[in-house]
Amino acid sequence: MIDPMHSNGEPVLVQIGPLPAAPKGPKPKKMWRSLDELAGSEEFFELLQDEFPSQASELTDPASRRTFLKFMGASLGLAGVSGCVVQPAEMIVPYVKQPEELVPGKPLYFASAAPLGGYGVGVLVESHMGRPTKIEGNPAHPASLGGTDAFAQAEVLALYDPDRSQVVLHNGRVSTWDDFLAVITKARAERLAKKGAGLRILTETITSPTLAHQLRQILKTFPEAKWHVFDPVSRDHARAGAVLAFGEDVEPIHHLDKADVVLALDADFLSWGPARLKDARQFTSRRESVDGPGVNRLYVAEACPTITGAMADQRLPVSASRIAEIARAVAHGLGVEGVSPVGSNPDAAWIKAVVDDLKSHQGAALVLVGETQSAEVHALGHAINHTLGNVGKTIEYLPPIEERPGDGEGGTLLDLVEAMDRDEVESLLILGGNPVYAAPADIDFAKRLDKVPLSVHLSLHEDETTVHCHWHIPEAHFLETWGDIRAFDSSATIQQPLIAPLYGGKAAVELLEVVLNGSTKSARGIVTAFWKDSKGKDQSDSDFDTFWRETLRIGLVADTASKVREVTLKGVANLEWPQGGSGGIEILFRPDPTIWDGRFANSGWLQELPKPLTKLSWDNAALLSQRTADRLGVKAMGLHGESDMVSVVYQDRAIQLPAWIMPGHADESVTIHLGYGRLRGGTVGTGSGANAYALRTSVTPWIGVGAKVFNTGESYCLATMQHQQTMLGRNLVRTATVEEFRDHPKFAQEPDEHLSREMTLWENPDPQLRRQQGEGNAWGMTINLNTCIGCNACVVACQAENNIPVVGREQVLAGRNMHWIRIDRYFEGNDTVNPRIYHQPVPCMHCENAPCELVCPVAATTHSAEGLNEMTYNRCVGTRYCGNNCPYKVRRFNFFEYADHKTPSLKLLNNPDVTVRSRGVMEKCTYCVQRINSARIASEMEGRTRVGGNEVETACQGVCPTRAISFGNMNDPEGDVAKLKKSPRNYALLAELNTRPRTTYLAKLTNPNPEMKAE
Amino acid sequence: MAAETPQRPRPDRNEIPVLEPGHTFGTVTDKISSLVLVQPYNWRWMAGFGIAFAMTMMLLVAITYLFVYGVGVWGVNVPVMWGFAIVNFVWWIGIGHAGTLISAILLLLKQEWRTSINRFAEAMTLFAVACAGLFPLLHLGRPWLFYWLLPYPNTMDLWPQWRSPLIWDVFAVSTYATVSLIFWYVGLIPDLATLRDRASNRWARYAYGIPAMGWRGSARHWHRYRTAYLLLAGLATPLVVSVHTVVSFDFTVGIVPGWHSTIFPPYFVAGAIYSGFAMVATLSIPLRYFYKLQDFITLRHLDNMAKVMLATGLIVCYGYGMEAFTAWYGNNPYEMHQMLRSRPSGPYSHTYWMLIFCNCTVVQLFWFKWFRTNVYAVWIIAGIINIGMWLERYIIVVTSLSADFLPSSWNMYHGTKWDYMTFYGTIGLFLALIFLFIRFLPVISIVEMRELVHEREGHDATTMTAHKGKTP
Repeated sequence: MIDPMHSNGEPVLVQIGPLPAAPKGPKPKKMWRSLDELAGSEEFFELLQDEFPSQASELTDPASRRTFLKFMGASLGLAGVSGCVVQPAEMIVPYVKQPEELVPGKPLYFASAAPLGGYGVGVLVESHMGRPTKIEGNPAHPASLGGTDAFAQAEVLALYDPDRSQVVLHNGRVSTWDDFLAVITKARAERLAKKGAGLRILTETITSPTLAHQLRQILKTFPEAKWHVFDPVSRDHARAGAVLAFGEDVEPIHHLDKADVVLALDADFLSWGPARLKDARQFTSRRESVDGPGVNRLYVAEACPTITGAMADQRLPVSASRIAEIARAVAHGLGVEGVSPVGSNPDAAWIKAVVDDLKSHQGAALVLVGETQSAEVHALGHAINHTLGNVGKTIEYLPPIEERPGDGEGGTLLDLVEAMDRDEVESLLILGGNPVYAAPADIDFAKRLDKVPLSVHLSLHEDETTVHCHWHIPEAHFLETWGDIRAFDSSATIQQPLIAPLYGGKAAVELLEVVLNGSTKSARGIVTAFWKDSKGKDQSDSDFDTFWRETLRIGLVADTASKVREVTLKGVANLEWPQGGSGGIEILFRPDPTIWDGRFANSGWLQELPKPLTKLSWDNAALLSQRTADRLGVKAMGLHGESDMVSVVYQDRAIQLPAWIMPGHADESVTIHLGYGRLRGGTVGTGSGANAYALRTSVTPWIGVGAKVFNTGESYCLATMQHQQTMLGRNLVRTATVEEFRDHPKFAQEPDEHLSREMTLWENPDPQLRRQQGEGNAWGMTINLNTCIGCNACVVACQAENNIPVVGREQVLAGRNMHWIRIDRYFEGNDTVNPRIYHQPVPCMHCENAPCELVCPVAATTHSAEGLNEMTYNRCVGTRYCGNNCPYKVRRFNFFEYADHKTPSLKLLNNPDVTVRSRGVMEKCTYCVQRINSARIASEMEGRTRVGGNEVETACQGVCPTRAISFGNMNDPEGDVAKLKKSPRNYALLAELNTRPRTTYLAKLTNPNPEMKAE
Repeated sequence: MAAETPQRPRPDRNEIPVLEPGHTFGTVTDKISSLVLVQPYNWRWMAGFGIAFAMTMMLLVAITYLFVYGVGVWGVNVPVMWGFAIVNFVWWIGIGHAGTLISAILLLLKQEWRTSINRFAEAMTLFAVACAGLFPLLHLGRPWLFYWLLPYPNTMDLWPQWRSPLIWDVFAVSTYATVSLIFWYVGLIPDLATLRDRASNRWARYAYGIPAMGWRGSARHWHRYRTAYLLLAGLATPLVVSVHTVVSFDFTVGIVPGWHSTIFPPYFVAGAIYSGFAMVATLSIPLRYFYKLQDFITLRHLDNMAKVMLATGLIVCYGYGMEAFTAWYGNNPYEMHQMLRSRPSGPYSHTYWMLIFCNCTVVQLFWFKWFRTNVYAVWIIAGIINIGMWLERYIIVVTSLSADFLPSSWNMYHGTKWDYMTFYGTIGLFLALIFLFIRFLPVISIVEMRELVHEREGHDATTMTAHKGKTP
């Protein structure tokens, strides 16, 4: 028999299912493959069927095909059963109506404001398909100007923090919002009957117009009720100082761009205060103006070095209790009325130089006083600015922005405590904050709180205060609810949610609405209602709608910035100056540079972020000067970070913590940062460091005199990220004074002048040639060491953008932190008394002659035509040779599975444009290649041959409050990078290795006082 | 046979013979084959193998733990991304040098004293290379992808990156391992035949017979054997130099101060021979004691090995000196810091000075014949040299990486318990293999010893042509 199929060697097609109806039109030509087919013999068709498996032949039968599919389905289902995992039901439904602007893969940005200390910084939040993943500064917002800080960057992690409180608690047991409503409604009725007697509300610093309005309404409805404000880091001293000086509270605005000479008295204005980002921008703008109005000069007198002190041209390490003396001497020298001479002062020469400099810059000088100083020093600072004629020029005053109970209304924590002692507090609402942890040690707040019959705590975390309250309500994060907040100049921003509350959290306004009206209005309703009212009743709905939309879009409520208030100085003759301390060591409490007052203790990003000056992570330490440590017989900063544990005793209370030598710290003075030693700080925050609040009293919140420090004889390893503190004479950070720069403009390039790019046996690398011809894209970066203040914002921004994991204290101790950009901090000088301090951010240099590429055995790190040193994670086998051969040591290795693949909420955090790296692969800065790619795609879609010079913004560049980092296409001569690379201050790090880095630095300029050079 | 030409005076060479007198073909064969075939398992062997086996099991535990959790269980960090693994790799490879050197180069140079130690040294080479070969695989971040270092056709259409010394390493080490294995095996064939013929146990006859590949000792067999052996010796000779040269490229190609130096290849090769001979001495002395092989491995051997150690040790010390000198003379601040500050007085200075003591100071005792021919002295000094050579690699790998260009990134490195377990585990593996080798294969080449007997016994009476065409 002729085999029909093999007779002509062609496969046979089988018709599955019923034949389709014959198409209309001309009859298709009949095609035949064999004579049997043409004849239509039965055998042929049988054979046709039998050639295939029995199941397949059934496919032609509609009924039994169904059976077959059933079997298939059943066996597939059973395959699932064998895995013993019940797959959750997931609905994959496309949009019936595609929301406008929502394109999968394209992020959207929404304006909001990130709070810190009650004040807001305008931000633009990046949202990927409904999940906020990254925060950028809002260029239109006066407190941001496009930059943000490390705290704001870490807010997305705070939002997704798996340790956030997720449920209403009643006496520690799970309860419901409805149960709480029942209780609070009953309590409300009781309080209402007593005109509010016994009702107390404790808040943190508030600038929110809606919240403040609600609180005032409550005080109206419940006349006997009281509102108390407590914030461990507040502006109490500044307020009291303003009242002393002017008789009223005013908030100063500093115009640092107009100040030629700045004197900071214990004032860390670059990292502390609601205007810190704006101040940093204005201050650093004057560091660059060599040819314009001239480089400003910063004098800083402080005890513990801060990033402000590191920027100082003349820094005076002096114990904080002596700052008042220096302020008086300066005031006296400047002829401030009513200030008597201080007497002999060891720093008279410094003071005289400062006075002379200030005098010769009247109206263009500025004196800043830090919150840590007493009200009297603040008043003196105002008087000095008045005497110098700075008011209206470098400093202006605004009516108070902070909302608080009026003077004489007893709105402090101490007033609350007194009321508690008198058993006058029946119902206490604690809105945010953690007073049990942060309250002064001399007030046993927890014990008193336990006596309150009904206490309610609203907060993001179940913390130390939660366990002492009857009710705990999970708070909604600012990224998941509506709110409003003011900036340093009073301009308000509407905070809009980017995601529904993850854990059903409630906003403070919603809780107050319950108290005020007994209603459960949503935060959105409350906030819009307030702003509608504030716009006036006669406004139409559509007008308001336009206003509302526009406000949300811009991220700023128009015309809310305060007008300048004219103030008259009362005179400072009557100020009382306390006499010198009682001996012993001075103890200084300072907010932590990375976890602030403890509120960020559970943020892995911020815990692992090295402190700008000490480079410590995961712990706080007792910071001492070398001389004081020597006198006390304390050793610290060992090769592995091992340090003696010291016991710090202050007013009969003691804490134990490791010591750390802080070069440039004042002698006989110990600084301890707040925020550590949390007992209930979440899985990340609990247990690290020592609690400085245990020593802090209500009388001396910042500076205590008469402390004692003992070496306990024990030792502890601190997780520091930099073990070598100096440059060892290597020309890494290049600096010159302004005069030297004028005489030798190429001072930064001279050391490398003998290096010739042409003296090579090999052809120049390809991207280099392309760049010379000006074709395509050539990515490059410059980092301006002159304007970098070392604030760390870039480090966290990079972490957020690039899904960089947190490794934990043990791994940092092992030397395995993962930051793609780090900030090297070097001390320079002959001793540790008053060294110069430099910051140098180091991302990947993207060398044109990259030593890492040469040694990779599998070509996992290669060079792109645009000059990027690219890392192919998939190809990496993890020999780590590239890391060894990188002279900049910017490569980071996944020694373990550092990325968190398990925690559901943290999955939402990841940037979908960036690969999450697995164990055993190398990673490093990519110049945010995902952003480059999207810009390249955009330019190609528009038919452009190259991307514009300033079209791409890296994460570190975008966040930088001082715009120290520039990035872009060097082939665009109009781009910032191309221009900056031509600067005479432009130099490459380790240029002598012929790596030809694409990241270069602009050398730092200093402007020391020539009269003080002798020092 | 230049050494044996009559006109060349050999003053005290004959004082200690390479083979004690009185041996015949029969006694040599009896003695060596009896170690395998006759001697029962004794408690010493059992105890030694037991300990080595336990250490091998510890290695397996360490490797399992490593594979489960990742390379982070070791002490490596940023900047010291290579630690014990690479130190051990280079150390073991160095030890693996003596075998081929003894077998191939000394064979070509017709150094007859090599005869009684070459088999043993070759085995040691193979086992050392096996231990060495483990580390580059283990130290990978993703060891399951090790084969990406090999050039093979693949769907990714990717080859290895040929500029990387690690690729050269793959070829150098695998070639060396292959040639060493073949060389060793070819040398074994006549002895396997002897064992096959002498074995009384049927299974042993099979076991030795199959790898003996039908050796009958015919003249044609001998002819081909000789030719192959000589060719392999010629092939292996350049490898002795190339392997450690290529291994040293891992460092010299890098730009790390302390690595980037042209002196590395010669000084690495010398160091490898130094440590290789030290290991041969360390192992052969107990071997000759426990198996009563003093007649075959004589003091003459120890004397010669000590001389090689002295010579190569001096080269190595010269290398240390020149590294420091070049750093100073070159006036490169990074090199100068590494060589003149970090090593002698930095945080690892104790390691550095211990290395100088072990490698440069102690070996000077070998200038004296008393030390060269004293069994205990040779054994102790060889042991110290083994430690010293490990420390040398530690200094090169760790101190160089711990303090390179940017002081901000400097950090210390210390091995963890898993590092030590892996290292000691490979020592266990090495010893276990040695124990098995001693038990199942002739530790001394019977064939070559018979040749030696013939040479020795016939020396006084016959002429040089004696060893042509002899049969066992």
